[in-house]
Amino acid sequence: MNAGLVIFLALFLLVTGLGFWASRWRPGDLGLLSEWGLGGRRFGGLVTWFLLGGDLYTAYTFIAVPALVFGQGALGFFALPYTIVMYPIMFLIMPKLWTVARERGYVTAADFVEHRFDCRTLGLLVAVTGILATMPYIALQLVGIQVVLAALHMSGTGVWSDAPLIIAFVVLAAYTYTGGLRAPALIAIVKDVLIYTTVLTAVVVIPAHLGGWAAIFAKVPAAKLTFPAPPPHSTGILSGYATLALGSALALLMYPHTVTGVLGAKSANVVRKNAVFLPAYSFVLGLLALLGYMAYAAHLNTLPQFRDGFAHYGPSYAVPALFMRFLPSWFVGFAFAAIAIGALVPAAIMSVAAANLFTRNIYKAFLHPGVGEAGEARVAKIASLFVKFGALVFVLGVPEKYAIMLQLLGGIWIIQTFPAIVIGLYTRWPHRYALVVGWLTGMVAGTAMAASTSFKSVIYPLTIAGYTIPAYAAVYAVIVNLTVMVVATWILKTLRIGAGRDGTLDMQMRGA
Amino acid sequence: MGLVSRWVYLLLAVPFVGTLWVPLYDHVRPTFLGFPFFYWYQLAWVPVSVALTAIVYALRNPSPSDKLEGDA
Repeated sequence: MNAGLVIFLALFLLVTGLGFWASRWRPGDLGLLSEWGLGGRRFGGLVTWFLLGGDLYTAYTFIAVPALVFGQGALGFFALPYTIVMYPIMFLIMPKLWTVARERGYVTAADFVEHRFDCRTLGLLVAVTGILATMPYIALQLVGIQVVLAALHMSGTGVWSDAPLIIAFVVLAAYTYTGGLRAPALIAIVKDVLIYTTVLTAVVVIPAHLGGWAAIFAKVPAAKLTFPAPPPHSTGILSGYATLALGSALALLMYPHTVTGVLGAKSANVVRKNAVFLPAYSFVLGLLALLGYMAYAAHLNTLPQFRDGFAHYGPSYAVPALFMRFLPSWFVGFAFAAIAIGALVPAAIMSVAAANLFTRNIYKAFLHPGVGEAGEARVAKIASLFVKFGALVFVLGVPEKYAIMLQLLGGIWIIQTFPAIVIGLYTRWPHRYALVVGWLTGMVAGTAMAASTSFKSVIYPLTIAGYTIPAYAAVYAVIVNLTVMVVATWILKTLRIGAGRDGTLDMQMRGA
Repeated sequence: MGLVSRWVYLLLAVPFVGTLWVPLYDHVRPTFLGFPFFYWYQLAWVPVSVALTAIVYALRNPSPSDKLEGDA
């Protein structure tokens, strides 16, 4: 493992250097929030492609998707349709959001919602939902790093057991503080080269060891490979799979780190082109998901050298174990660096995005309305530190299963901002208070559905007139949200309650 | 907005039908290069959806606000 460790550390040092150098890349006044938090909105097509790719396809994805396929079979493959249907929606809505944000100087989606509907509370709710959903997501990136550090035997002993993870995170926090969104944008280029090399090598080399793809699939039981026919009076798991893909796509587009990556682009056309070319990552993700079957076919969890790892990390250990079993040790170091760096990029973007939300829609909107541009950037930098250390404390202090639970809930929560943001891009028909009430009912309904499965599953089996349709709770909850919003809008308009004025039409521009 | 550019957006809906209607592909056969149908069918949708979005990108009429959007 020595050669692997050397390569791992060398690559980590390389990205650390890049991270600190990022503040001098395409120099801008980092005392402005749009420079620190959006990279000055100057990223071209290729950099945006790396940035969004590094952002949306996280280390947690690389560990969790194959783990789900390893443990549950076909269901885990939902990641593929999920990342296929996301881009047509991105193509339609994100250029619109980019344009209004550029014209008006908005840094977050909550900025847009607040001014479009003339409602600070609605902006606050969008911001708080974003921060709540993002925190456990950052925590899970750390879990991804933890798994590979453990596999490299890099976790220390006793009080030092978490030292490597803490060091990695302190370094990340430092260069995100100085470079803002420029740091992950630059590192994302390295990350993607590493990830593509790793995955393409793995899907060629490992099947050769296991007798080819046909042999791998032949070792997987038929019940795992496809879904069983639905039971009578039910759509079975088929509707669960489809709604999981659709709901996850709608949710991912609303996550603050996605919006931040989009708003960092230099034109709406850059966003459109990216919606065309980003699915290249989806293909890699689909192949990566199948590593789960390779781990299954190789019976890795029964091998003595991996017993401890599986006991401690469960199916999440499948990918690291697979690499160690079949790839030379120097390449294992390379692959693990890809995963660890793949965690740092989204963790950095997520903390920048959460910091932008806090600064604009909580601090500026409620605590200190008179804050100037330099003050905004200062607050955001400090907020990014709090967000990261919050996530670190969470990972070290709370069992991993709670982070996963909260991340599942995060998807159900963040989709509740879809009506305000996306409908708002097209029409001002929804009443501002109706959006607030819809959001609240959606949050409560979605959380209750997840609670009814003891937070173990996000598939909720809804039964109507004796017919059961199991579906992703986020999709049901956002339907509840939309229904309540429509009814409440109609009532509020009938009562002639003021809808406020559309701040996106003001002659006066806001911010930069 | 011309007739072509309006209808071309419907192409964006095609991947939803193709990938979210699960009974369409919940089978093992026919296999391709050892991959069961369930898997290669969904993987094949990646290039198809890229092609569809690219067609929409190419045929859409640039909106009047594109000037404001800055150059790509």
